[in-house]
Amino acid sequence: MPVIKTEHLTHLYSVGTPFEKAAIQDVNLEISQGEFVGVIGHTGSGKSTLIQHFNGLLKPTAGKIFLDGKDIWENKSEIRAVRFHVGLVFQYPEYQLFEETVYKDISFGPKNMGLKEDEIDARVREAAALVGLKPEVLEKSPFELSGGQKRRVAIAGVIAMEPKVLILDEPTAGLDPRGRDMILGEIQQYHQEKKNTILLVSHSMEDIAKYATKVLVMNQAQVYAYDTVEAVFSRVEELRALGLGVPQITRVFYQLKQDGMNIETNVYSVKRAKQLILEKLGKGGDAQ
Amino acid sequence: MEELLKAEHLDFVYNEDQQDGKQVLFDVNLSVSPGEFVAVLGHNGSGKSTIAKHFNAILLPSGGTVYVKGIDTKIEEKLFEIRQNVGMVFQNPDNQLVATVVEEDVAFALENLGVPSDEIRRRVDEALKTVGMYDYREHAPHQLSGGQKQRIAIAGVIAMRPDCIVMDEPTAMLDPKGRREVLQTIQKLNRSSHTTVVLITHFMDEAVQAGRVVVVDDGKILLDAPPKEVFSKVELLKSVGLDVPQAAELAFELKQSGIPMPDGILTEEECVAALEKLLKEK
Repeated sequence: MPVIKTEHLTHLYSVGTPFEKAAIQDVNLEISQGEFVGVIGHTGSGKSTLIQHFNGLLKPTAGKIFLDGKDIWENKSEIRAVRFHVGLVFQYPEYQLFEETVYKDISFGPKNMGLKEDEIDARVREAAALVGLKPEVLEKSPFELSGGQKRRVAIAGVIAMEPKVLILDEPTAGLDPRGRDMILGEIQQYHQEKKNTILLVSHSMEDIAKYATKVLVMNQAQVYAYDTVEAVFSRVEELRALGLGVPQITRVFYQLKQDGMNIETNVYSVKRAKQLILEKLGKGGDAQ
Repeated sequence: MEELLKAEHLDFVYNEDQQDGKQVLFDVNLSVSPGEFVAVLGHNGSGKSTIAKHFNAILLPSGGTVYVKGIDTKIEEKLFEIRQNVGMVFQNPDNQLVATVVEEDVAFALENLGVPSDEIRRRVDEALKTVGMYDYREHAPHQLSGGQKQRIAIAGVIAMRPDCIVMDEPTAMLDPKGRREVLQTIQKLNRSSHTTVVLITHFMDEAVQAGRVVVVDDGKILLDAPPKEVFSKVELLKSVGLDVPQAAELAFELKQSGIPMPDGILTEEECVAALEKLLKEK
């Protein structure tokens, strides 16, 4: 059974006005437990609207969303529980910190879930450790921290609820390459340890290729593709037409193939590229 | 030709007057000539934005001197002139737009300067056409995309006709389409209107398009050279937390393994050409 499933999911904005517009239209999707899904699509493609339906922040105009097979809007009074199961980290989440200490901020979610003190404490400490926050940071004010650390606090606050599904909307926006690699590495580690489902919205095809197992491509309010990284990134021309592109190294190998070279095109990392070229040149033994 | 922007032995200390003052720039020497497109690359906290903010006197040096068209930025009476010569565009487009209609936003500074209204009309139209947003002149800014908003912010600056635009991570919050739009606008400004551009960024793919790349680390200038030269220093760039284009990295890696790849590979086309040559010779 998929952890998240949508049926004919549609969301219209400004219903009944001349500006009525479908943000998502007839989306049918099944996401399996444990997947690491990269969500791509340019702004306005509907990806943010879609993910905000997964935890009940937005209510569909038509269609249904199922969490573990259960229609999340079947019983309106239970929608709060859905938000504990599907954690959503917004863009620039550091602007949402508000507590006096990092500890209190991270414990906000678990507290609202009505957990016992010692359970909350354990979860706060574990979540902080997972995102690489040292124990001494917990007693600091979140406002004393650097941008990257604040963002870790915000992510830890959602992780501490131990959601079955963790959705991150561009968690590395505005960070420099080093900060980006660290945060994504921590998310990957969390995924490997907890084996839960992750949805990562990103504009970086390089990052999607590096971390995701599947790619969801949104375009013009609809699901354009939902498939493995290989299958999606092999559609170079189509992705280009959508204005999305593929990693630079993939484009290099795609072009080599176009030019008649006998070479594979499923190359997303420099490491793999190097290995392939060395093999082709008969120096395969040197590849690491 | 005289330099448009010049930092000489620039030091800067935050909270200089307090005990916990922190020095973030150390003896920075940097000159930008008219018509140049210079990218300043560095990780967060490297000091790159601090340098940028000295070029229109948002910050004043703690040590050394900054000149804009030969004017020392410390001279208070010249502040107006300095800011007219050097326009700034910041990271967050939402913080830079003030009006409810696009063309009013672009006209804002001109109105404040008391420019005659027919002249304002002319300059606003011209600026909006330059950034490709003329058709949106009567739209509300909040309904535009990030890239469009940022182009409006740029239009607002170029309507003032500055000699130079300093952009502090103008694409950091944009999606790839928005980034492309803004980059194309910057290229166009630099090439057709000969506006001098200083682009602060941590995206190496943007820096690649500049004529010159300055790499800042720990408040000091680490490299100052054309992109081909800068991006051939793969290990150095990685050691200061920066990316290199995958094409350049592959060329570097292959060279390390004894494969004769030519120097200065930056783009996908150059990489393809070099690899094809190798594969055909095999």
